[in-house]
Amino acid sequence: MTSLAFSAAAERRQRDVVEVVLGFARTLRHAGVAASPDRVEAMLAAVGHLDVLDPGDVYWAGRLTLCGSPDDLDRYEAAFNAYFAGEAPRASRTSSTQEQRLAESAPLGATDGGGTDAEEEAPDLKAAASEAEVLRSRDVADLTVAERDQLRRLFALLVPAAPMRPSRRRRPDHHGGVDMARTIRHALRDGGEITSLRRRRPRPRPRRVVLLVDVSGSMSPYADALLRFAHAAVRARPSSTEVLTIGTRLTRVTREMRLRDPDKALAASGHAIPDWSGGTRIGEVLKAFLDRWGQRGTARGAVVVLCSDGWERGGTELLAEQMVRLQRLAHSVVWVNPHKGRAGYEPLTGGMQAALPAVDHFVAGHSLAAFEELAGVIENA
Amino acid sequence: MSQPTAVPSRPDAASPADPQELAAALEATGYLPDEGLATAAFLALAMHRPLFLEGEAGVGKTALAHALAEVTGRPVHRLQCYEGLEASQALYDWDFGRQLLHLRAAEAAGEGADTATLEAGLYDRRFLLARPLLQALEDSPSVLLVDEVDRADDEFEAFLLELLSDYTISIPELGTVRAEVPPLVVLTSNRTREVHDALKRRCLYHWLEHPDFEREVAILRRRLPQVTEDLARQVARATAKLRSLDLLKPPGIAEAMDWATALHTLGARELDPDTAARTLGAVLKYREDTDRVHALTRGALFG
Repeated sequence: MTSLAFSAAAERRQRDVVEVVLGFARTLRHAGVAASPDRVEAMLAAVGHLDVLDPGDVYWAGRLTLCGSPDDLDRYEAAFNAYFAGEAPRASRTSSTQEQRLAESAPLGATDGGGTDAEEEAPDLKAAASEAEVLRSRDVADLTVAERDQLRRLFALLVPAAPMRPSRRRRPDHHGGVDMARTIRHALRDGGEITSLRRRRPRPRPRRVVLLVDVSGSMSPYADALLRFAHAAVRARPSSTEVLTIGTRLTRVTREMRLRDPDKALAASGHAIPDWSGGTRIGEVLKAFLDRWGQRGTARGAVVVLCSDGWERGGTELLAEQMVRLQRLAHSVVWVNPHKGRAGYEPLTGGMQAALPAVDHFVAGHSLAAFEELAGVIENA
Repeated sequence: MSQPTAVPSRPDAASPADPQELAAALEATGYLPDEGLATAAFLALAMHRPLFLEGEAGVGKTALAHALAEVTGRPVHRLQCYEGLEASQALYDWDFGRQLLHLRAAEAAGEGADTATLEAGLYDRRFLLARPLLQALEDSPSVLLVDEVDRADDEFEAFLLELLSDYTISIPELGTVRAEVPPLVVLTSNRTREVHDALKRRCLYHWLEHPDFEREVAILRRRLPQVTEDLARQVARATAKLRSLDLLKPPGIAEAMDWATALHTLGARELDPDTAARTLGAVLKYREDTDRVHALTRGALFG
């Protein structure tokens, strides 16, 4: 009888654990970590190997199984503390990752007030690009119907082709170096006699394309069009295209851009971008991009396309320095400036002046014709 | 310790019973893990799940695999990933040259053997060159280190996914090779590229941090017993300071060890600004970083 009671108790406890873990997974999903069912199952198994009554063990069991990237860790931390009411152990976070995360998402420090470039701007733009970051998400779906139809028609026609590069993988070909393995394999079939040489040559692969789209106040008339162009590029080559927006923050919207429907993709991006129509700090955001993504590999050997008008609130030395750094990493750097399409345009803004020496292709981006040209430039970059 | 029925197997006798025991065993080999890493390694062993380690370069991702091999007494098979890595370099390849020789030798000897036996002889195990993945399965139980998986391309990732799900490799000419005990798989990534979610989902994910000050001193002392306590402390403090600067490449524990070794080789008993300036090349690998540190007041780094 006692053993029966014991097993019943054990079973009850087991059920409690499952319920608690499932509840926690729900909280976590709410916090933005994709805790999929198979991951939750893994967490249950992990808890089974550890001490379920030890908060530290539960913390690690969940963190190891439910998280999938460094971005998940902070959310996990917060969700765990909230769900288990402050029983989490201290997590050792060092300065380097913290700073990295700051660089990615925190508002960049407002220090200098000087803005020589801003003098030509209209007063409302000046206000929009002010030090105080405008942290509001703009609803992209609020465009007028006529405009939206026009844009949709415009961008349905665009299929930007990817630039290609030779890869380390080879494929059989009539020309190229001798493929020893295949030659001898064929020789074996012919009774050990080498009758013909088999050859192979590198297989071309799409080169990575990174689009950095300025979504600050001064770019707002063009941001929608540029993001639609970015969507077309992502749709054409989902695995080799990255899209990030720049303003007062750096936001990666590649994931949102992979949605099939352009309107849905833009709406999702609108939600993801916290600094829509705010100010610009291209130099600092570009540095954040290079520190966090570029140097690690995203910009290496890639075609990097910067879409911005070059209005820079801060000093331009940082922008110049980061552009040189970008050019050293990237295969080629393309700068898209919508204002370049206007007659009599001269790149006089401080940001443009600072950036141009490190730009390989300087193109316009204000009309469908300009976007077609841009697609051509990217393809041949 | 609770024991839910969902868990199919318990770790074998040689495996540690809990993370603390594994941490102690790792420490005995000279690898000093923190709580999270010890738990991650313990679960990888107990659950037969691959361990996916991400973190800055030089925080000890690869070293962990070797330390785990030492603890469990298993051999390590290391696969260095790079773009264009193919099955013939990762799995197995036939030794065509030897096959050809074999064929010619049989011909020269004039053996009247029928073609069928000759052909069967060609696809013998001895003509098969095992590459790391096959080696790890054949050499069971083993530790399989898939290093810098972010450098491989998508095709290889998909292929790895297949291998990690059932730990078998089928060779058409020979048959299927299955690991008796699934190898302990450690995948490392420097995050130069986002690894596909499907691969990560099969793994335990752990983000490796730079060690805290005390742990770093302990690691330096353990790995470099010839370095004095004072020097180790100063190097650890200066390295931590360097990490807090806005550098292109913050130094990892590997660089700290290089630096301490360099200082020791120069006969330094403590870190003074002049020796530090001369040996900075051991820690900083970018000219911009070196310039930035040189521009600092000396007291700022070696306070």
